[in-house]
Amino acid sequence: MTDNSSIAYWKETLALVRNILIVWFLVSYGCGILFAPALNNISLGGYPLGFWFAHQGAMYCFIAMIFIYAKMMGKLDEKYDVHED
Amino acid sequence: MGLQAMTYLVVGITFAIYIGIAVWARAGSTSEFYSAGGNVGPVVNGMAIGADWMSAASFISMAGLIANMGFGGALFLMGWTGGYVLLAMLLAPYLRKFGKFTVPAFVSTRYYSKGASVVAVLCLLAASGTYIIGQMTGVGVAFSRFLGVSNSTGIYIGMGIVFLYAVFGGMKGITYTQVAQYCVLILAYTVPAIFISMHLTGNPIPQLGLGSEFGHTGVSLLSKLDEVVTGLGFGKYTTQLPGSMLNMFVYTVSLMIGTAGLPHVIMRFFTVATVKDARYSAGWALIFIALLYTTAPAVAAMARLNLHATVNTAVLEDNGDLFAPESSIVYETRPAWMNRWEVTGLLKFEDKNGDGRVQYYNENSKDAAFQAKVAAAGWKGSELKVNQDIMVLANPEIALLPNWVIALVAAGGLAAALSTAAGLLLAISSAISHDLFKNIWFKDMTESQELMAGKIAMACSIVVAGYLGLNPPGFAAGTVAIAFGLAASSIFPCLMMGIFSKTMNKEGAIAGMLSGLGITMLYVFAHKGLFFIKGTEFLGLFGGKANFFFGISPNAFGAIGAIVNFAVAFAVKNMTPPVPEHIAQMVEDVRIPRGSKAVDGAH
Repeated sequence: MTDNSSIAYWKETLALVRNILIVWFLVSYGCGILFAPALNNISLGGYPLGFWFAHQGAMYCFIAMIFIYAKMMGKLDEKYDVHED
Repeated sequence: MGLQAMTYLVVGITFAIYIGIAVWARAGSTSEFYSAGGNVGPVVNGMAIGADWMSAASFISMAGLIANMGFGGALFLMGWTGGYVLLAMLLAPYLRKFGKFTVPAFVSTRYYSKGASVVAVLCLLAASGTYIIGQMTGVGVAFSRFLGVSNSTGIYIGMGIVFLYAVFGGMKGITYTQVAQYCVLILAYTVPAIFISMHLTGNPIPQLGLGSEFGHTGVSLLSKLDEVVTGLGFGKYTTQLPGSMLNMFVYTVSLMIGTAGLPHVIMRFFTVATVKDARYSAGWALIFIALLYTTAPAVAAMARLNLHATVNTAVLEDNGDLFAPESSIVYETRPAWMNRWEVTGLLKFEDKNGDGRVQYYNENSKDAAFQAKVAAAGWKGSELKVNQDIMVLANPEIALLPNWVIALVAAGGLAAALSTAAGLLLAISSAISHDLFKNIWFKDMTESQELMAGKIAMACSIVVAGYLGLNPPGFAAGTVAIAFGLAASSIFPCLMMGIFSKTMNKEGAIAGMLSGLGITMLYVFAHKGLFFIKGTEFLGLFGGKANFFFGISPNAFGAIGAIVNFAVAFAVKNMTPPVPEHIAQMVEDVRIPRGSKAVDGAH
């Protein structure tokens, strides 16, 4: 693997991690804590929305994030030809 | 069949399964002992991580904590699951690629220093050691409450079972036993929740039941609960905050990075075959964990409502008067389960106003209008003391579920405590046999000698953990604070910088770990006493006010410790010699998956 492509691979990896961490922050600390009082004015079924994010929603999003990350990283590994055999 | 006989039967069957697995999965090599041969599939590994992670505290205490804390209880839910996102993206794949058995082995090589490795071993022993005391007391408690044997007999039996499959099976035995234990504990948790959700809302899925209509009253379960608890002077369930929003925020950060830094969880990622599997493992682990963690808030809210409805009949009436004398139940006619749990001391009744009825409310409410109503009703203080653990342990009885469900909860509590204890024991024994014996003291040990050393270290750890479980030191209650504080403020930043900074050197890493750890312990000890010895608190030095740092509680301080760790590490790095070229090259190599090989102990 050449230096250039290894730098590009690492750059793309960091960008992916950064993007997922932004969503990670928004669903848990954002919707679940900081904006929860405002979101509570909206209801989801019998749940106030802010409470739902804190007690349920954030966890579902976490699961989705890890699988999306694993899938995207798999693609990235193939693109730069650094995947395992 | 009676409850006692049923419980013995169910617990007996589960124990027989664990021992059967122990016989089948004996470890013959160090690779099998430390990392189960390195070929566990991601789904099986995820399930084992789930059982490893969910301790007696998750199973028994968490729902009760949430029931008391309401909205703020989400800090445990999000904190103990959100860390897996960090683990999956920032640590697990890279540590797997690195290909060593233990966390200190990574630290030792990456920071080219035995000193850094010793600091990491100490952090690991302190974090895992304090954590395991809680598991052992949990085993004792579960045995004594459900099987009617004494607390100490319970701990001896628990030690014996763990000894059988952990010492002979190592990581291999533990992994496959944990898969069985996961199945037992998740059944034990969800079955009662399904029954109760069905009963209260008609919806069999607890996660949906929590957001459903309460009976046929036209109001949702959560708004009913809000109405009842505020009516009794407690904080509003769906908005109640733990101290302040800032405290909740920082507490959640601490638990998340603490989760990602706990060595007994991290080392599970060395058991899979590839970097790709390590990434997916974290996702599967979180699915299995979330099954319990998304059920917990439903159990919490429903148990809280059930409890209030049991002692105050006005809760279930339309426009019922909570303060009417006849609403509070007469103590002599209380349900049988209350009597059973009073025997254990988890439930206490004291008839303060002498009317023979049970008044249960928030006597510390600051609401003057509420206190006026209390006075008018002739209530002289809350008469019921409820231990939070009851919310899970007595839940099936409160909801009048059949005996086999109650027996299942007993088996589930034991599975949760035993599986976590085994994982911790492995982390401890491998740190001793591999990182101290093999890598520092006796470098010429053969593999079979090292395997024997690992088994002896494990056996000794079991005896020490059992002893501490029998004679819990004064600081047992503070163990969560130490374990997560340690992991968050020392191990997590050290590993992160090792992977994401090519220039971090050994001086920076050691200084960072020690200062992060030091400041966290200082804050905790200032509140709770030096090494948790009562009377040695030194809050006076900091103005004498609790939570003096922006209202942040000591349990939440790990995040601040981590920030200090990062800051000190980078400052020291800039003043000391740069990292050797081959280390920078190694970090480069860790970042790509190609070339991953089976984990081993070689250098």
